[in-house]
Formats: sequence, C-alpha cells, structure tokens
Amino acid sequence: MAAEISYAPVQRRFFTPGVYVLLALVLTAMALAVYRFIFGLESVTNLTNQYPWGLWIGVDVATGVALAAGGFTTSALAHIFHRKRFEAVVRPALLTAMLGYTFVGLGLMLDLGRYYNIWHPAWPTMWQGNSVLFEVGMCVMAYLTVLYSEFAPIACERFIGRVNLPGRLASWNGIVDRVLRSVNGTLGRVMVLLIIAGVVLSCMHQSSLGALMLIAPYKMHALWYTPILPLLFLMSAIAVGYPMVVFESMLASRSFGRKPEMDVLTPLSAFIPIFLGIYMVTKIADLLMRDAYPLLFEGSFQSFMFLLEMGGGVILPFAMLLSSRMRRSSRMLFSASMLVVLGVLINRVNVFIVAYRPPHTQSAYIPSVAEVLITAGLIATLMLVYRVMVTLFPILPKEHPAHLPGDN
Amino acid sequence: MDLNRRRFLQFLGAGAVGGISTAVTPAEASSVENISDGYGVLVDTTECIGCRKCEFACNREHHLTDLPLERYEDTSVFETERWLQANAYTVVNRHPNPENAAKPTFVKSQCLHCLDPACASACLVGALQRQENGAVTYDAWKCMGCRYCMVACPFQVPAYEYGNALTPQVRKCTFCASRTAQEGGLPACVEMCPQNCLTYGKRSELLALAHEKIAGNPELYQDHVYGESEAGGTSWLYLAARPFTELKFQDIGPEPIPHLTETIQHSIFKFGALPLMLYGMLGAVMRIAKGGHGRHAETTAEEEVS
Repeated sequence: MAAEISYAPVQRRFFTPGVYVLLALVLTAMALAVYRFIFGLESVTNLTNQYPWGLWIGVDVATGVALAAGGFTTSALAHIFHRKRFEAVVRPALLTAMLGYTFVGLGLMLDLGRYYNIWHPAWPTMWQGNSVLFEVGMCVMAYLTVLYSEFAPIACERFIGRVNLPGRLASWNGIVDRVLRSVNGTLGRVMVLLIIAGVVLSCMHQSSLGALMLIAPYKMHALWYTPILPLLFLMSAIAVGYPMVVFESMLASRSFGRKPEMDVLTPLSAFIPIFLGIYMVTKIADLLMRDAYPLLFEGSFQSFMFLLEMGGGVILPFAMLLSSRMRRSSRMLFSASMLVVLGVLINRVNVFIVAYRPPHTQSAYIPSVAEVLITAGLIATLMLVYRVMVTLFPILPKEHPAHLPGDN
Repeated sequence: MDLNRRRFLQFLGAGAVGGISTAVTPAEASSVENISDGYGVLVDTTECIGCRKCEFACNREHHLTDLPLERYEDTSVFETERWLQANAYTVVNRHPNPENAAKPTFVKSQCLHCLDPACASACLVGALQRQENGAVTYDAWKCMGCRYCMVACPFQVPAYEYGNALTPQVRKCTFCASRTAQEGGLPACVEMCPQNCLTYGKRSELLALAHEKIAGNPELYQDHVYGESEAGGTSWLYLAARPFTELKFQDIGPEPIPHLTETIQHSIFKFGALPLMLYGMLGAVMRIAKGGHGRHAETTAEEEVS
C-alpha cells in the first residue's frame, strides 16, 4: 500500500483576484447580517407565516450538513475500512466538515428569531425527545465537538516543538508546548473512539434531517413526501461525500496551481457510482411503489424540479462515472462530481422549499436578494477560512518534487 | 478489499431494511387515547352572522389592536380571505353560498388546540405544550425562534413576529388560559359572541351536543363534526351546513400528525440500540480491516460499547 503520507502548509501567494471577490462577498454579507440583527428578519428576508423556512434553512443548514458528508465518508474509508491510500484526502475533508458544520451553526444563528437561546436544546429541563429537530440539534452539537477534537492534533502537530511566542510571552513557550503535547496525547489515545463516533453521529443526523419534513404530510408534494425520506437523506449524504471531496480537491489544486491529485481521486471516484446507484435505485423504487410517478408529468414547477434533481444531479453523473475512462479524465471527473454536488443541493432545496406547499398562502416564497447575498457571503467566508487554514496548517499533502514521485 | 466492500454494502442493506420497516410499523398505542378529556369550544357556523365581535374581544384581551368596536362592522374586509397573523389570533371569513347568495357562511378561525399537537411534537425545547385543560400554550422564554412549529402545523396557525429583532414570539390563540383558570371563566371570544355560535365546555360533552344537533336537524347540518377526528382530534369543533372543504377547511385524516416522526424517532433511538449497534459493527470492521493489513494491533471500540 501507499507509503505514510506527509502533509505541509501550502506555500502560495494568499491574495489572488479570486480572493478579493470572496472578500467583497464577505463584507457585503457582514453588512447585511448586522442589518438583520438590528432590524429583524422581516427587514432582510421574504419569510412569511406560511413560509417560515427559506433559503437559509434549505441551503446554509440542510445543504451545508449534506455537503460536509465528505468528512465522515472519507474518515470511514481510510480509518475504519483501512484504505490507507485515501489518507491524502482525509485531512482536507475533515477541515471542510469542521468548517461546514461551523457555518451551519452561523447560518442557523442568522435564521433563529431568538439566536441567543441556541443553547436551549442542550439544557436537560428543556429536552424534548419527541422532536426530530432535537435529535438533529444534539447530534450536530456532538459531531461538531468530535470534528474539532479530530482536528486539534493537526493544529498541535503544527506547533509542537516550535512554539515561539513573541516578546515577553516567550517565557510561556515551554508551558504551551507541554499543553499541546498533552492535548495531542490524550486525543491520540481516544481517536479511534472519536472516529467511529463521528461516523455514527453522522449517520444519525443525516437521516434525521430527512425526517424533519415528515411532520408536514399535508403540505409536502407527493414526489418527495415518503416515509423513507430519512433513508434517502442518509443515502444521498453518503453518495455526495466523495464527489464533494473530489470537487473541492480539484478546486483547491486549481486555485493553488497544483496538479490535481488524480492518483487518489480516480480510485476514490470508483465508489461514487456504487453509492449514487444505490440512492438512485432506492429513489426510483420509492416513486414506483408509492405510485407517485404520474406526478412527474403533471407539468408543474415541482415536477420540473424533481426531474432536474434526478436527471441532472443523479442519473447523468451516475452514467458518466460508470466509465473508468471518464474517472481518469480530470475534466470529466470534475464535471460529474459537480453535478452530484449540485444534485444534492437541488434535492435539499426541493425538500425544504419547493415541495413545501402550505395552505392559506397568497404568494409562493422566493428568497430576497439579501437572503441570497448572505448565503453567498457565508460560502465565501468558508472558502476564505479554508484557504487560511491550509496555508497555516499541514492539511494538504506535501507536494512531491517532480523528479521524485512517491517520495517518502 | 472485497471482503470489506461487501461488509459495507451489507451494512447499508441492513440499514435500508431497518429504515423501511420502522417507517411502516404502525405507531405504538395512540397517545391521543390516553389524553384526559380537556375543554373545547363547539363552533356552530350556521349560527354565525359575521359580526366579528369575537375578533374584537380577542384583540382587546391580548392587546393586539385597539380598534374601536364600530370599526369591526366594516364588512369590506370579507372581500378577500384573511388569515391568522402575529396580531390576529382569530379571524372570521365569509364564504359565498352558491345556492343562496343571501346566506353566506361565516367561519371563525383560530388555533384548534389539537389533542396531539404537531407544533408541540416539533418543538425541540418544549416551548409549546398541551395543558391538562386542552389548551396548547407557548412559553416564549424557552423558544429559540426556529419556527419548526409553523412548518409542522397542518392548519397553518402559528404566526411569527418577523419585525421584532430581539424578542420575536410565535403567536397564536392561547385559549385564554388565564381566564378559563377561574371558576366559570370563558375565553374572551366565547363570552362576547352575541349568537348561539360558540359553546365552551368539556370536549366529550361538546361532541355529544354536536351529534345531538345533527340528529335534531339532519337537513341543515352536514353529518360531520370537524375536529372530532381530524389530526387525531382537536379541542375546537365545528358544525356546518355545507361541506367543510367548500369552507376552506383542510382535509386532514384521523391520524395524529406527529405519529410518523415519533415512531421513526423512537424506534431508531430506543435505548440508543441502533446507534450502539452501528458503533459496535464499525468497531469490528475497523479491527478486521486493520488485521487484514497486518498492521500493529490497537484497541478497538467494541469494549467501550459493551
């Protein structure tokens, strides 16, 4: 199997034109967020009594959680199923998951009317075990803790033995170093438990997210409303894990001017048609068994969105990735992976917004410009923080000198 | 490689079977049957004249608006459908009668105070709760403002104070819990109603009264008490002379709304069995996979689980 892999902080120019675009998006969103906190949700969103959940829940929260699935799927592959050759993608996927879930929390803070009560579900006197959302909330909190604990050793590794605080603080160098070593050691001893816990917690809340809308049977469009919605959410989360890893690895490579890691990504992508295929077959079987398929041809916005989600986001990339020639082509692999990612994005938006049709409604919900800009700003912030993190910490694999492939 | 892949697929298969079987298992003993007989209101829409005095009484009781009573005589509001809002816990709508234009039907809407409320099942912090007396009440202090209750309510009742930046509340009919707590106390709307339209009392007695009325005048009434079985039963009950769907009532089946989610939730997470099983399985896979590669042995997680 592959040799032990070594990681290193990326040494590339930080500010590129793309980074300035991201910064502009971040600043716009920050201004709008300040406005939201001063003047309330009404001032920036198009939410109504009929449509209490909009873009922020559908994209920032639900899609954010789904697209962070690269974390637990790669961790399961490399650490539980012991496929060591995929070690190279575990750290970036872990970072994406950690940042992804952190931004799910931030997005939620913007959406919650009483954001300062976000800790309430953790307080035992307020536990409400009948609520699916309670289960989601508890799992996400626990998983976020696991993610930060999994990441901490990477941060420790960066500084152990080279703690160098400026000026007067230098006398603390020894103590800080010892603290880092003990944190690293403790986490190292329980890491196996944490890794498995991360996978279990992910399976739990990825599926529970799908159970959320099952409490609204009379409002949900029958194309999406099925008792196995939790199972479909879990399957699609597993299916989107590796495509998301491929997608962002190639984006990062391109942005940093590195070569795409095809030696890892191509074998990784061989799993995609398996998981995507399981999801596809289950979803089609569900439509047939519930006799909901005639709705595909009702010509409504909902039927169009369902066809788009399944055709463009599941069936097309599935067919593409069946071919090993496509999987070896960096361009085709990137396109197919992006389609899967977009497909899951559309699916989550469909389930939480498009399929939701409440009674006593005058007009349908269309997100406001401010909602879109805040969502874009959150994603831009995530990308910037990712860039900062891979520049500071050993997350991406060390680049091999061109003349020494497989260098140890 | 093959062994592990097969195992992983087997696990997925097991998960799939588990997911489906829990989804189709009928819920355990309906919680509705065990619920004490609370209070309710019987709304006889054939008696309602659309005076909107109930709206006035409610708005005054809850300090929602301070419009004088005369302003409620304005019938132009009936031109378009109005619905419940953060500052309107109850509204009366007029539904034209195709058979007799002179006799439209007026329907008062407000929270129906379900026996097994979806909003309370959805709320992750228990801010919404059904009380002994049948009222479904809201505790703003606990609320996070996630608005899942509004997604869950099949009648689209809870409204939100989107304009309030700091302390927004979910707003809906309180069933005048503070008034009815006193001996002989009536909800403000019931007390104000000049017609024989709103009757407050024990739900079981109201149901008996409703069926008595239907039996006494079968030509007038539809043979259906809306709320008797809808969504597992509601505290507010309605009688009408025309089919309820014509009056914009939601066509809701008898199963309590929270049954499916609660069944899934409680069968999957009972004693944490499924997550712990998955934990153990992954631990075992981890050990086998590692052994298969002849690497140094390490403690796996199985011991921790048991």
